[in-house]
Amino acid sequence: MINKSKEKEAMPTQKYADRIKNFDEVELGYDEKAAVKEANRCLSCKSKPCVSGCPVGVDIPGFINKVKTGDFKVAFDIVSKSSPFPEICGRVCPQEKQCEKFCVRRKTGESVAIGNLERFVSDCFESSNKNDVVVNNSKYKNYKIAVVGSGPSGLTCALELAKKGFDVTVFEALHEFGGVLAYGIPKFRLPKKILNNAINKLKSHNVKLINNCLVGSTVTIDELLEKGYSAVYISSGAGLPKLMNIKGEELSGVYCANEFLTRINLMNAQNAEYDTPLTQLGNVVVIGGGNVAIDAARCAKRVTAGEVTIMYRRGEDEMPARLSEINHAKEENIKFEFLKNPVEFIGDDSGTIKGLKYQNMTYSDLDKSGRKSVVALSDEIHKLSADTIIIAIGSGINSVISQSTPDLECDEFGKIIIKNGFTRTSKPLVYAGGDAVIGAATVILAIDSGKKAALEISKDLCEGLRQ
Amino acid sequence: MFEILEKVRLNDQIIYMTLKAPLIAKKAKAGQFVIIRTDKLAERIPLTIFDSDKINGTIDIVYQKVGAATYKLSEKNKGDFIEDVLGPLGKASELQGYNKVALISGGVGIATLYPMAKALYQNGCKTDIILGFRTKELIIFQDKLKEFARCLNVVTDDGSNGNKGFVTDVLKQKIETGENYDAVISVGPIPMMKAVCDITKKYNIRSIVSMTAIMIDGTGMCGGCRLNVGGKIKFACIDGPDFDGHKVDFDEAMNRNRMFKNEEDYAREKYCNLFGGEVI
Repeated sequence: MINKSKEKEAMPTQKYADRIKNFDEVELGYDEKAAVKEANRCLSCKSKPCVSGCPVGVDIPGFINKVKTGDFKVAFDIVSKSSPFPEICGRVCPQEKQCEKFCVRRKTGESVAIGNLERFVSDCFESSNKNDVVVNNSKYKNYKIAVVGSGPSGLTCALELAKKGFDVTVFEALHEFGGVLAYGIPKFRLPKKILNNAINKLKSHNVKLINNCLVGSTVTIDELLEKGYSAVYISSGAGLPKLMNIKGEELSGVYCANEFLTRINLMNAQNAEYDTPLTQLGNVVVIGGGNVAIDAARCAKRVTAGEVTIMYRRGEDEMPARLSEINHAKEENIKFEFLKNPVEFIGDDSGTIKGLKYQNMTYSDLDKSGRKSVVALSDEIHKLSADTIIIAIGSGINSVISQSTPDLECDEFGKIIIKNGFTRTSKPLVYAGGDAVIGAATVILAIDSGKKAALEISKDLCEGLRQ
Repeated sequence: MFEILEKVRLNDQIIYMTLKAPLIAKKAKAGQFVIIRTDKLAERIPLTIFDSDKINGTIDIVYQKVGAATYKLSEKNKGDFIEDVLGPLGKASELQGYNKVALISGGVGIATLYPMAKALYQNGCKTDIILGFRTKELIIFQDKLKEFARCLNVVTDDGSNGNKGFVTDVLKQKIETGENYDAVISVGPIPMMKAVCDITKKYNIRSIVSMTAIMIDGTGMCGGCRLNVGGKIKFACIDGPDFDGHKVDFDEAMNRNRMFKNEEDYAREKYCNLFGGEVI
């Protein structure tokens, strides 16, 4: 029977007074009862508008129908058909901008909590998932494929190719695997256990994982091809932090979000047992409005007793961050300053940050991309004090690979240009996807690229189209 | 895991290690560095590649015990393993096309200068090397560098080696007595490089410096190593470590390098107490 509640079944969470003292997962997940109840809010629309909002096309009403009847394993299998890592997507996808945006229930209330349900079914089975058939005797086993980068796109491509029987090796520059899932997304949002499950899934499919190898330097793309790799998939991400280019950015106490998050998520600086230091944060101001800004602010909140403020030059409804994380940040007493833009960072005589100057902003005409642009409301300058500033205004593409691969065509921003299909680059046998192609985007788009690359690589190698 | 094949204490503070790292050895060029994480709890720190042996697949590193991370590394011995070594990182030094170059360094900066001097000398360049130390006991690599120097000057702050003075005095003297260098390369403490650049600017000589900065990944991701070079933000890890010394904002770089000073002081003392060593 349809559950007519206008609101989603609430996601149980750690109490905020507790959680700002730890890095354990904030959202605890539905139990069976809550999942079934929430699933019953789904109207099973024949037109499936939600599916059109999912970059990887999960059969959403299909799996939700199975949750309704308690057939969780079948539900999980339906999700897994389209999404290799639903336990990750359920946690990090901005569902309110994708599947849930198109949910018919939104017309009179909240959408069905598709993300929460996806997470529920995958948490039921993920860690014990032994169902994938490992292909040992495949026509593809003599094809060696190199995957550059172990972020969501690389993990997906590697897994999909390994499932077909290819001999896959993933190269990672850092000491841990996972890319942004390891250094960027905090453990209270994506627990280490979930990432490890994903990595173990690759290992169980005989994917070789090599860390401490910076492709483009330790080994180049050309050398990989010379060494007998039949194809290379570049999924090196968009890791180059953008800066504001304003006065005072060099001051001590000003971090790029990547550095701040890496110190905490990858290097465990908040844990006294680990050597990597973190400065005394005091009062923190984070600049930006995306997931990275929210993650940085919430990490800061867990480390400092001071106030944490997010300053964003646009309004709240334009924040690219995932809605539930914005809400969690608010519950955690993180302050928001909207329509404010820093124009200068101020330091003391010793070169240490003590605050910033900002202008109030207002909306102006639409910019080229059709987004409302923001301009300063007036020349008036305001001040805000801060002991730490974290810049989280986006990231660009690293040039290590493009500079060492002259025949790989990139655009003016360093993004790898796709010449044919979805992932084929200007260089034969070299494919690319994820943020390295589209620029800083979402985990699910990166996963989608990885899937498409696996398809195109196997198609090309099988049919010999590119040989 | 990377095996330590050799370990030599060059003096109280400076240690030389040979590591098994075949992939890095194959690629390493003068000016490049590695990121090292000694064990699973350790920091990631950048260290210059002093030398490499493609045939035996080894790289040499030379480092000074300045903080917790280098202290921890110094506790490792021959036969032990290092958890992570990533490299070679950074752009290789551009050392082609020079006829006469002065190379200036002090302290552990010589670890970076050595491969540059070697490469220049082997390219047929006339190399004048000027090294500065606080005192005689701290002198390292004098003989090794003599091999690659047309002329080698070693000075000490206290004159204990019989040559009292600063590297900048020697450089100035050489320039004033008519040495016309195509370039002056300096590697070492920032105040030293800054002083060298002040001189070369006066005489309008191309000046190259190798910048050390705070880094985590070493691949352009963290942004910790950002420097102001000619008014533009550059990353020491992927745009450097070599830069035009006349464009680098040294004061800013010095200030950024102090960002973790309190935490580093604390960690260093913690480690020194832990290992019963002396606080350097």
